[in-house]
Amino acid sequence: MAKAPKLPVHQILDENGELLKGASVPDMPKEDIVELFKTILKVRVIDSRMFKMQRQGRIAFYMATQGEEATHVGTAYALKPQDWMFPQYREHGAAFVRGLTLQQFINQIFGNSGDLNKGRQMPMHWGSRNLNLVTISSPLGTQIPQCAGAAYAMKIKKKDSVALAFFGEGTTSEGDFHAGLNFAGVYKAPAIFFCRNNGWAISTPFHRQTAAENIAVKAVAYGIEGVRVDGNDLFAVIDIVRQARERAVKGNGPTLIEALTYRLSSHSTSDDPSAYRSEEKDDGPWKLKEPAVRLRKFLGNQGLWSMKEEQDWEKACEKELLDAIKVAENTPKPEMDALFEDIFDELPWNLREQKSQLITFLKNEGKR
Amino acid sequence: MPIMNMIEAINNALHLSFERDPDVVAFGEDSGYYGGVFRATKGLQEKYGTERCFDAPICEQGIAGFAFGLALYGLKPVAEIQFSDYMYPAFDQIVNEIAKSRYRSGGQWPVPMVIRTPYGGGINGGLYHSQSPESFYTHAPGIKIVIPSDPYEAKGLLLASIKDQNPVLFFEPKKIYRSSKADVPTDYYEIPLSKARIAKEGSQVTLIGWGAIHHVNMDAAKLAEKEGISIEVIDLRTIIPYDIETLDASVKKTGRCVIVHEAPRTSGFGAELSATLHERNMLHLHAPIQRMTGWDTHYPFSFDYEYYPNPKRILWAIKQTLEF
Ligand SMILES: Cc1ncc(C[n+]2csc(CCOP(=O)(O)OP(=O)(O)O)c2C)c(N)n1
Ligand SMILES: [Mg+2]
Repeated sequence: MAKAPKLPVHQILDENGELLKGASVPDMPKEDIVELFKTILKVRVIDSRMFKMQRQGRIAFYMATQGEEATHVGTAYALKPQDWMFPQYREHGAAFVRGLTLQQFINQIFGNSGDLNKGRQMPMHWGSRNLNLVTISSPLGTQIPQCAGAAYAMKIKKKDSVALAFFGEGTTSEGDFHAGLNFAGVYKAPAIFFCRNNGWAISTPFHRQTAAENIAVKAVAYGIEGVRVDGNDLFAVIDIVRQARERAVKGNGPTLIEALTYRLSSHSTSDDPSAYRSEEKDDGPWKLKEPAVRLRKFLGNQGLWSMKEEQDWEKACEKELLDAIKVAENTPKPEMDALFEDIFDELPWNLREQKSQLITFLKNEGKR
Repeated sequence: MPIMNMIEAINNALHLSFERDPDVVAFGEDSGYYGGVFRATKGLQEKYGTERCFDAPICEQGIAGFAFGLALYGLKPVAEIQFSDYMYPAFDQIVNEIAKSRYRSGGQWPVPMVIRTPYGGGINGGLYHSQSPESFYTHAPGIKIVIPSDPYEAKGLLLASIKDQNPVLFFEPKKIYRSSKADVPTDYYEIPLSKARIAKEGSQVTLIGWGAIHHVNMDAAKLAEKEGISIEVIDLRTIIPYDIETLDASVKKTGRCVIVHEAPRTSGFGAELSATLHERNMLHLHAPIQRMTGWDTHYPFSFDYEYYPNPKRILWAIKQTLEF
């Protein structure tokens, strides 16, 4: 077997919350570190509450990002507001850092009339044109060549901006991953391809997804930069995304980033991980390495964070969340017109006829 | 006879075909160790090993193309596409390769295989977990399309599909995967392809459907019966090549017909059936054939109820044919 080049894994903060020898915190105010840590904690509060809500039948579906928060929280922080993000679905921390409100996120999950997508998509398919967050689509990998295209458009419009696509390691098996990297390479598009290698694609472990030793090495074949980073190290993620951004806007082409992390949660509310992995053997080691543990230690050592503050913050998050849920539950679903709108810019005859037929049916069914 | 749900019946059919024919292999995303996200391939890897039942990388065109290669060499692949909404990356392999191989090679390289995939709405799945894409594939000559409506049907039709010498797309109505239950013999049996089933005889209106909609049609027939209208309900079972004899005979008898499907109306398979039945039975019809279908929209998360054909709407269409 051909040996792939060994690529180093970029790391700044070790698992004990200590800076590695010779490494330094990326250039950022101390308050921002605290803010990002608080965002990670907030995402956790949301994830665990929403999971319970699904179990109670109050929402249809949910996907948690427990253990992977640093990958997307750090990435969003390293980008600029004019940069576009194409998420996959497990990156809501990035949405919050960019400015999506908790209420907007919760409204999307409920698919109510406050949802920017007009209630059309399943939970976890947020997006906001105003915030340069491209609305999520379920088919895996489709966002990768799309991201290359948007990045190329930025290049020919001579903008100081980049486009970044998030995706899981499982998604690198899709043809669209290869198409996207190839196009971005050929056109030297200012794109960043951010792979969350969280070890699992539903029940399928990394080693059954690809015979390659790692994902970053796949960049070599497309003539683009490929780098690896400790995805549970917030500082290293910020640093490596900043470097990739710099490379992109300077005209030096796209970067494939492989962030090593771990999906501590189940894939979604629909699967049972105990049927395909061992909590002790598989998950156990990663629980020690997850991003909040080491940030908590780091901030504690610096005197920037205490357990008291953490408890207060979690309580505040819980309250904000419960309020948002209450609002979402009391917000009506979108008007029925939303079923027929936005197929085209205008309704053609068949949709106009079908809409009036549905109104008649709904009246007949006592639903209107 | 044990009572099985549809997943159990499909799983049982796969186990039986693995046992009888060592050339049968099954694979797909999460199909191996886990036994599939709906657990249809459960236990196959454990019993028959990783060579015959395995996980695929997430790549639908890869799954279809790989199945093509296996079939060319004489194995009998039963590939799984996790959701029919995710089959489009494999469209080229299915439409240009699998459908055409026998023809373009002068009959030298047929590729008998089965691609199983869950489909359909009514589950609050939104745009990408609700689609009924069967009609896209009906437009590609060379692929059979089979859709079972209950566990007994699913087992017999799947075993016949695996036995068939042609590529078969086997669409499984996931809405009723667990809710539909039936007495299912544990022994091997086949239900012949291209034979529709008259689920209920009647004299005034022929009601045609398939998959989960078949049950909605049965409910609609009950509603109609309460109003003194006699309905003949047909479960089409095989979409391509469909059983024209049974349809013709029923339509000639009743003189009226309603076709129901979940997919959008425009270019849905109802359009093809309606055109063909009109052409062949014009002088026997008392009214134009009606369609009750999904709207010409995408499948919206918050409007599942509004989208999905229900018995009252079907009854309305039935009355349209009676009051014409
Ligand atoms: C084209 C396509 N095929 C299959 C699926 C079903 N599916 C949804 S998520 C998933 C696993 C993705 O794994 P990965 O890319 O590693 O992301 P992770 O869930 O680990 O974040 C699969 C197979 C899909 N959404 N789209
Ligand atoms: Mg993954």
